[in-house]
Amino acid sequence: MSSSAHPGINLGGGDPKAQRESETPAFGFWVFLMSDLIIFGVLFAHYVVMTGARAGGPGPSTLFDLRSVAAQTFLLLASSFTYGMASLALKHQRQVRPVAIWLIVTAALGAAFVLLELRDFVNMVGEGGPPQRSGFLSALWALTGLHWLHVTAGLVWIATMLALLSRFGLSDRNKTRLLLLGLYWHFLDLIWIGILSVVYLGGLA
Amino acid sequence: MADPIFGRLDWTVTPFDDFFRDPSINEGVAAAAASAVPLGAVAVIAFLTWKGLWGPLWRDWLTSADHKKIGIMYFVLAGVMMLRGVLEGAVMRTHQVTALDGGVLSAEHFAQLFSTHGTIMIFFVATPLITGLMNYVVPLQIGARDVAFPVLNQISLGLTAAGAGLVMISLVIGKFGTGGWTMYPPYTGTTFSPGPGVDYWVWAIGISGIGSTLAGINIAVTIYKKRSPGMKFLRMPIFTWTSLCTAIMMIYAFPALTVSTAMLALDRSLDFRFFTNDLGGNMMQYANIFWMFGHPEVYIVVLPAYGVFSEIAATFSAKRIYSYNSMVIATSAIAVISFTVWLHHFFTMGQGASVNAAFGIATMIIAVPTGVKVYNWMATMFRGRVRLSVPIIYLVGFFFLFVFGGLTGVILANPTIDYQVHNSQFLVAHFHNVLIPGVLFGVLAGVHYWFPKAFGFRLHEGPARLEAYLWFGGFSLAFLPLYWLGLMGMPRRSASYDNPAFEPAMWLAVVGAAMVVGALGVAIWNFWASARDREALACPVGDPWDGRTLEWSIPSPPPEYNFYALPRVNTVDAWTVEKAVGHPYEMAPRYTDIEMPRSTAMGVVIGGASAAMGFAITWWIWWLAALSFAVIVAALIARAFVRETTRTIKAVEVEVAHRAFLREASRTPAVGRDDEIAPDNLGHARPAVPA
Ligand code: HEM
Ligand SMILES: [Cu+2]
Repeated sequence: MSSSAHPGINLGGGDPKAQRESETPAFGFWVFLMSDLIIFGVLFAHYVVMTGARAGGPGPSTLFDLRSVAAQTFLLLASSFTYGMASLALKHQRQVRPVAIWLIVTAALGAAFVLLELRDFVNMVGEGGPPQRSGFLSALWALTGLHWLHVTAGLVWIATMLALLSRFGLSDRNKTRLLLLGLYWHFLDLIWIGILSVVYLGGLA
Repeated sequence: MADPIFGRLDWTVTPFDDFFRDPSINEGVAAAAASAVPLGAVAVIAFLTWKGLWGPLWRDWLTSADHKKIGIMYFVLAGVMMLRGVLEGAVMRTHQVTALDGGVLSAEHFAQLFSTHGTIMIFFVATPLITGLMNYVVPLQIGARDVAFPVLNQISLGLTAAGAGLVMISLVIGKFGTGGWTMYPPYTGTTFSPGPGVDYWVWAIGISGIGSTLAGINIAVTIYKKRSPGMKFLRMPIFTWTSLCTAIMMIYAFPALTVSTAMLALDRSLDFRFFTNDLGGNMMQYANIFWMFGHPEVYIVVLPAYGVFSEIAATFSAKRIYSYNSMVIATSAIAVISFTVWLHHFFTMGQGASVNAAFGIATMIIAVPTGVKVYNWMATMFRGRVRLSVPIIYLVGFFFLFVFGGLTGVILANPTIDYQVHNSQFLVAHFHNVLIPGVLFGVLAGVHYWFPKAFGFRLHEGPARLEAYLWFGGFSLAFLPLYWLGLMGMPRRSASYDNPAFEPAMWLAVVGAAMVVGALGVAIWNFWASARDREALACPVGDPWDGRTLEWSIPSPPPEYNFYALPRVNTVDAWTVEKAVGHPYEMAPRYTDIEMPRSTAMGVVIGGASAAMGFAITWWIWWLAALSFAVIVAALIARAFVRETTRTIKAVEVEVAHRAFLREASRTPAVGRDDEIAPDNLGHARPAVPA
């Protein structure tokens, strides 16, 4: 219906046909992300309500390792940047190779994030803070764990995307998928900023 | 400890086993209900095999991505579940007349009954009914060829069916939870409910809830992106407007259900402490999050019913809807306000007077736009040439009963009153009073109205009227007396009571329940009888009611691509205006190739794997859970590699089909409204009055 393209990175005038065909999926994916945002929103609210429910268990000052969190933040933001480079390569260079390379870099950064956070999770259990310990810890693990699962799913998607690229090249459908994957990846960044501010910085403030 | 292969499954989990150990009426009812499931399944399988229908069922239905077929399958699913739900209601009523100081069923069995009944009615009857209706009607009303994401549509249906399947299996294998349809912890935590019953609920609701979120996304995006040329927002039929609002609400409300259910699942399966009594758990958060979904849900299911009433009020009064704009504003207002009232479901939880007052006032405010709508429908009928057909009978019944139910809602919105009557039969009366005359009457009216569109023949009018009167009378007897019981102090969910003064109302209620069962019987008979007489009831030209919106401009049943050429719209009620002053039934200037989605087994695979996963987690069969999950992921990835997802229908083919349809239309005599239910009505309408 509308002539305006969906917000965010797009294929632009360079490839009007692919751009037109991506319009409905991209809009639909935005809507999906908004419903996903509700899930995170509810978990954020729950976390805030439960901050006091420690039942004598450990709290932020024992559990959080700000240096690790800073490293994770850097990795995830950098991966968003490299994904942006992949999008630009898609829009301007229109070749599989640069797009794939940037995707691989993105995946590597994402994987580092996932491993680093996994290490934090293991450490938390070691310090007496598994999710079963208190209402507060359940809320904490649910929120950060869900984000972690999202990033992991994103890694699977990137791997699939690379396979699709090698199989079909920069077909119109693959271009659309790259747009959606980008939305997803940046969205996870946004959620992480929320977690960083509310959980980590808020918890230690 | 659980067995590595069978988890906690063994031969003692069926009700048959209990029946042999303890042959009482209570166990007999359970065993009979449990036999109904396999017997029904065997009957269906035998019938399909006998008629050789497996191939067509698979090819034309289960793997079809056609929104019309998916809509119909939602209805079949909801119909089967409704049969069970209503029968359970009747069994509970039968039990309750005997329940003075006892009763034929055990308290536990009664608790299972109200839990499955409520769960089924909300999630597997009301929700799929309206989802099916939107699926079928919306693309036709906006001049689209299909929904925005046809395969996703199939997956949504598969997930809903998976949830329904889990509830059905729980009849035979194990038992369902006893925590009511809301399954409040801590009672439903592992401390107090260690068995598999609550897990059945958790996974049935978790899986089908995701299906509903996806369905909402699909319908909203369809309406935003797939309208035919010229169909501006303020030219959309009111049903489409209500569908849009409902779809948006589904997108925002169902995730809250997903969260509360997932948290309960984590508590149960991984020992988290969200809602436990100890270690800082907080069950109030469950109520809070659940009702963030729960309240919008009631408007999710009722708004499309309002949409149906808007369509039929206009069509059967041969007038345009009164005050279209206020209808749109009222619908949108309800959608927004309904997210701000959820707390009225737990006024008594202790959040303090001022919070209660704020939510009480918000709750009362939401009655205003609904009131606007009721006046609009009445004004639409006022001085119209109203035909008292079946849908209008439902509408008039709705006027009386729904307004009553709505008013009792306003009473409950007052926290001080709510403290007295909450958790009493007054509440049971109230919510049935809005759900049955509101949602169900709307859907039943819609079924009668759109059935000829979907199948090419009308339903018999006589039995359908009888059905409508039975619903009206049955509902009134079954539920209006409960207001009185509630005011006398009878709690809801009571397996037995000790006050003989409750008995008379219980007898009225059981008579009402019997009438409702009768209504269902008449409905089933009417489907069968109308199918038998389909020659005499045929309306292939597709406009049996002198309809006003685009879906009536195409044949019945519609071709798979819906429209031969996308209609150009420049007003509300486009088809009425076309018939009055334009050129209905004309060739299009140009035909184009049409791309339609190919069939795929995605919905069946994802739905089946999800059901297996839910079952496996319920019974701690971890290998099966992991395997099913892997199947889901693999299917999604594999789907991305499928190249040919659409199929092209050639323009010439479309043109030939259109020409044939137009020839049939011009050969068919147009009938006036006096002959609407006569065999002459072949679906070519003589417009009653100019638009
Ligand atoms: C058609 C005939 C029906 C009958 C005879 C019937 C009967 C009953 C009965 C006896 C109860 C238990 C009341 C109590 O707690 O004391 C109940 C509960 C309930 N019913 Fe119905 N019902 C019918 C239809 C419906 C419909 C159409 C819906 C929704 C669309 C519905 C939704 C519910 C819900 C949500 C509950 C609450 C379950 C709970 O306590 O958790 N019912 N019904
Ligand atoms: Cu409510």
